[in-house]
Amino acid sequence: MKYLSYLTIGIFFGIIMYKSEAASWFRIYEMFQFGSFHMYGIIGSALVLGVIGIQLIKKFNIKAIGGTEMNLQPKEKGVTNYLIGGIIFGLGWALAGACPGPMYVLAGAGYYAILVVIGGALLGTFVYGLVKNKLPH
Amino acid sequence: MNLLYDPWPWYVAGPLIALTMFILLFVGKKFGMSSNLSTVCSIGGAGKYSDFFKFDWKADRWNLVVVLGAVIGGFIASKYMSYNTVKINPDIAQQLSTDYGIESAGQAYLPPELFASQQLTDPFVLAVLIIGGFLVGFGARYAGGCTSGHAISGLSNLQLPSLIAVIGFFIGGLVMIHLLFPLIFS
Repeated sequence: MKYLSYLTIGIFFGIIMYKSEAASWFRIYEMFQFGSFHMYGIIGSALVLGVIGIQLIKKFNIKAIGGTEMNLQPKEKGVTNYLIGGIIFGLGWALAGACPGPMYVLAGAGYYAILVVIGGALLGTFVYGLVKNKLPH
Repeated sequence: MNLLYDPWPWYVAGPLIALTMFILLFVGKKFGMSSNLSTVCSIGGAGKYSDFFKFDWKADRWNLVVVLGAVIGGFIASKYMSYNTVKINPDIAQQLSTDYGIESAGQAYLPPELFASQQLTDPFVLAVLIIGGFLVGFGARYAGGCTSGHAISGLSNLQLPSLIAVIGFFIGGLVMIHLLFPLIFS
């Protein structure tokens, strides 16, 4: 039952990503060319509602199902890993035209070349795990 | 005008993404789409090579179910709810065609020049896709999250680390499109 709700959330998210065109290589390219407000509007409007909602959750101490605390732990402090890791991510986001969520959506949509991108992402994650201790954080 | 097939504007998509995040918070989880890559590495036995992957992946199975849902959502949307064409700014489409020979803006969802299956026999295209994916996977873990984890969840929670990561995402993306694309694709 629990897993059915996660599956439904995933389906919902997949449809949003595809229908909003946020999963399209063209939209990512256009965003980095500042050619349209579309992607900024998606991220921006999600963010405005997100900030308001999370402030309300904190103010009224709203709990998750079962009365547990919402999963809102603060991020660990730091600059180097967030900045360098972020830049590396951005290089890949623009080159492949896809970030992790849309990759799976595109696989479902039948663009099988994206499986190569997902394979690359798994390899990148694995290599990060190998060299993690040698990197500045 | 076709309500089922037309793409959704930003002011529909953005609020629905925020709703997705709130539903996940409400069921006691969080919204982030890159940690499942670590989970898969862990399931595949990567813990033998690095302690980074030694965690109880069974507790993260829900994450993989969300991924499976996203795959199904992509199938449903592309097959029953879309023309599978993306119209972008005509100036950008023209520039893509002139500079890089990518002619398919407005006619496809992804450029077949890069994503048609038969293109995978081209070592250049294969390298672009593998390296692109590698950078996404490596960078997301190094930065502790991706677009959903930092740009939506983290920024919504007013986390400074997420702001730094998102600034990084855009530095990387702009460098790639404006400085590296002309070198890679011309």
